[in-house]
Amino acid sequence: MEPIERHTIAVLVDNEAGVLARVIGLFSGRGYNIESLTVAEVDPESAISRITVVTSGTPMIIEQIKAQLDRLVPVHRISDLTDGGASVERELALVKVRGSGNKRVEALRIADIFRARAIDSTNNSFVFEISGSPEKLDAFINLMRSLGLVEISRTGAVAIARGAKGI
Amino acid sequence: MAKRKLSGSDIVIQSLVDAGVDTIFGYPGGAVLPIYDALFKQNRLKHVLVRQEGGAVHMAEGYARSTGKLGVVLVTSGPGATNAVTGLTDALMDSIPVLCLTGQVPTHLIGNDAFQEADTTGITRPCTKHNYLVKDVNDLGQVMQEAMYVARSGRPGPVVIDLPKDVLINEAPYEVGKKPVSKHKTYRPQIKGDNARIREAVELIAKAKRPLFYCGGGVVNSGPRGSKLLTEFVKMTGYPITLTLMGLGAYPATDNKFLGMVGMHGTYESNLAMHGCDVMINIGARFDDRVTGLISEFSPGSKKIHVDIDPSSINKNVAVDVPIVGDCTSVLAEMIKVWKEIKPSIDTKAINKWWDQIEKWRKRDCLAYKQSKDIIKPQYALERLQALTKDRDTYITTEVGQHQMWAAQYMKFNQPNRWMTSGGLGTMGYGFPAAIGVQMAHPKATVIDIAGEASFQMNIQEMSTAMQYRLPVKVFILNNEYMGMVRQWQELLYGSRYSESYTASLPDFVKLAESYGAAGFRATKPSEVDDVIKEMLDNDQFTIVDIAIDKGENCFPMIPSGAPHNEMLLGPDDEAEKPVSEDGMVLV
Repeated sequence: MEPIERHTIAVLVDNEAGVLARVIGLFSGRGYNIESLTVAEVDPESAISRITVVTSGTPMIIEQIKAQLDRLVPVHRISDLTDGGASVERELALVKVRGSGNKRVEALRIADIFRARAIDSTNNSFVFEISGSPEKLDAFINLMRSLGLVEISRTGAVAIARGAKGI
Repeated sequence: MAKRKLSGSDIVIQSLVDAGVDTIFGYPGGAVLPIYDALFKQNRLKHVLVRQEGGAVHMAEGYARSTGKLGVVLVTSGPGATNAVTGLTDALMDSIPVLCLTGQVPTHLIGNDAFQEADTTGITRPCTKHNYLVKDVNDLGQVMQEAMYVARSGRPGPVVIDLPKDVLINEAPYEVGKKPVSKHKTYRPQIKGDNARIREAVELIAKAKRPLFYCGGGVVNSGPRGSKLLTEFVKMTGYPITLTLMGLGAYPATDNKFLGMVGMHGTYESNLAMHGCDVMINIGARFDDRVTGLISEFSPGSKKIHVDIDPSSINKNVAVDVPIVGDCTSVLAEMIKVWKEIKPSIDTKAINKWWDQIEKWRKRDCLAYKQSKDIIKPQYALERLQALTKDRDTYITTEVGQHQMWAAQYMKFNQPNRWMTSGGLGTMGYGFPAAIGVQMAHPKATVIDIAGEASFQMNIQEMSTAMQYRLPVKVFILNNEYMGMVRQWQELLYGSRYSESYTASLPDFVKLAESYGAAGFRATKPSEVDDVIKEMLDNDQFTIVDIAIDKGENCFPMIPSGAPHNEMLLGPDDEAEKPVSEDGMVLV
């Protein structure tokens, strides 16, 4: 059995109706995994959006995913940020924590260690904003569980290659 | 040329005419009434009125597959579009260029559950190469052009344009006589193969000791020149060749280098050559599961070259050694050039030994069958059909099942585009409408749908279409009163419990034909077969032939599901000896 690899793939697409459904339908129809997926317009002038999809599979499946994405008509280009040299990957999360007394102080202290900012506060709650690698977010959220974690909203990963060269 | 203001409907028609389309297959309805009114006022596009939209897409497929041109379909919104879905999926699986225009409720009603509204672009997204919803008539001309380009170029496929009724009525400027576009801003299929890879492939081919060409529908899709170049290259090398179901005709079947079809019901010699070859030269085939059998034991000792225009076909099922992305014609031309340039010295001794081995396999005569004096064997009926049609300008379509495999085994195709069958999707009911489409494109030719009585009934309503357009299509029914392939599998895998595979309450096909004013003939004894075929061929109108064949006959050779190529069943006697594995049971 070939090993399962995790890949972050960037896809530049025409920002037209249904393009996201095409990409998602490709993954569900062919039984590929989506670990996270983000999408936003990055070039309003030429109406181009960038989809960042984190997926996993054997090397043969990853190759298939890239080939299948590339043959969708509105896809301009794709880039495998895991294969194509070094890249940076970031995710943002909003984390709501409820508590009082020591737990409240501890939550604030840990937030400080993780460089998370409190962007909303009441007498018995915080909403923290944290960004970083998905693993860092996981670690922070895990620590919050015993401190009154109420709700999490995560963006999914976005990524870009290191260095001067564009996609 | 100056731009003129045209209604959306006129833009649709003018775009088709400008692209050289002359025939469309369709069925009217509320949402497409503006187009039908525009059709009424012109005479450049011929419209074929079908009896159900599913038939329209198969007709367009038959038209496209037999001409290499685009097949065009026009249906209404809602049920019109949903009825077209099977045909679209069929065209996607077999890479047939089809443009399907669907009506839609007016833009302001979209999403309101309006009468005959369906989310057509949503429904057809996974079963088309691409689809469009046109919301502004000013985009329509461009979308029509783009859609036809996408359908035809690269790996061809079906494209849907969903047309809201108000878009068809509104007007926009359109440049009449506009040349078709030849490129697209994002979709750019790779035509030319990588030179270094082609050289590497040719060197591998030259050094082979047990080579085999394994070619498919991609060669046919790449145009008649692709088949010519393939024939030239195979003859230059002197190597054996096998073809997939979709590839039949890409290389002349009567040539000695052709080993017959490969795969589940392919010939013994083809499948053993696939299993035993040391260099496999795959041009335009896609390692379908019907071809590979058990993938872990598929051709274990071979280096594999794979030429395909679709990068996603490469390394999908089978890992290959030399992948070449490009159009078959272009890559074959380059391969021949390199071959001539390097003037390879082939290992003649090894190749002769390989041919000796193949001839031994051939001697098994895997397509032999036990003749019968009283009962018509399906193989016999097709052998006679082949013999009596071989000197005519013949096109063959099929439905799906045993008769389809027998047709693939016993009919001989020496040219591409003469064989229309539903390979990937396996759509029962494909063959008859496809034959109508073929006949529309080739009015003088002999067009025969080799059918089973079960499949034929799936689009039997199109008899009325054949009559209306006076199309002399022949339906050649191998009638065993069973869904034969289902019955064969039940016999093989389910202890002969023939659950729901008996075709009860059949019509009298001869009388049925007559009720439409068509001709009907029947043969129940081997001695009648020739006469009936001759009568059918002499008849210049729509004809149904009902051949009562041996009800118990099974289709051999066969690779049972879950088995590798070298474990073929050659006949009924083999069946008992080699039970199908449990793993094989779950495969289809």
